[in-house]
Amino acid sequence: MKFAVIVFPGSNCDEDAYHAAQDVLGQHAEYIWHKDTDLKGADVVILPGGFAHGDYLRTGAMARFSPIMREVQAFANRGGPVLGICNGFQVLLEAGLLPGAMLRNRSLKFQCEQVHIRVEQTDTPFTSACRKGQVLQIPIAHGDGNYFADPDLIARLEKDRQVIFRYTNRAGEVIDGANPNGSAAAIAGLCNERRNIVGLMPHPERACESVLGSADGLVIFRSVVQSIKSGALVARA
Amino acid sequence: MRARVFVTLKPSVFDPQGKTIADALHSLGYNGVVDVRQGKYFELDLSTTEAAQARALAAEVADKLLANPVIESYRIEVD
Repeated sequence: MKFAVIVFPGSNCDEDAYHAAQDVLGQHAEYIWHKDTDLKGADVVILPGGFAHGDYLRTGAMARFSPIMREVQAFANRGGPVLGICNGFQVLLEAGLLPGAMLRNRSLKFQCEQVHIRVEQTDTPFTSACRKGQVLQIPIAHGDGNYFADPDLIARLEKDRQVIFRYTNRAGEVIDGANPNGSAAAIAGLCNERRNIVGLMPHPERACESVLGSADGLVIFRSVVQSIKSGALVARA
Repeated sequence: MRARVFVTLKPSVFDPQGKTIADALHSLGYNGVVDVRQGKYFELDLSTTEAAQARALAAEVADKLLANPVIESYRIEVD
């Protein structure tokens, strides 16, 4: 199974994502430069964390014009699984592939810490191996992770079960003190209506081995491998 | 022509930077400053000499790139 890790100028979690897929999961991973126009037969696309194009103007705002994004969009339109992590999530929002936008953290600080997120839905390619309500300990590292959507959009996301991860305490309870950035409805991750595109602010690729403090993120990568092997997803780049 | 584009967060969107600046001003004793909203300002040098064209072009690039319509609105001046 082939993971495509998109590399923008300013990506800095591409090697972590590659390592998780290639070395920890034992799958095949390949870097794809943002100016490329071919996903080279990938089964999964990962938009990694970092500061694509320097995050000038707004986080993720420039990356959507990179040539490879047309291919990512076409891959997603065919039902291919796309995971946006942190800056990758911001790119998906700016590209209109996921709804809403990011604001500066309410603390105005770059928050770099371990958080807990609760798996809200398991019918996406990236949560199919999770239990509903499972609490994962995964780190965050961002300055603009304060998810915003107007009340109508939040209501629609809830109704359509597009909220995939929520910030909680260790016990899985949504409390304000466990929300690291002020995100609306404590949203840490979302999917699109078709459920094949998932974005989240926490970094599962940095939590795939116990030596790193947590291996809870591995289930997200295992999920997509399982989804593809089971034939639930058939799209190929 | 020159177009000036002012991009600000929509009134319904909380602006943590503006709030922090307002709090700082209050701590300096400027209690006459009730609230602050922070935004971005762009100056576009345009090849056109038609004001209407300049305004239309500025609006197009604001819609496409300078502002994120989910959270921001913008105002344009041309001269």
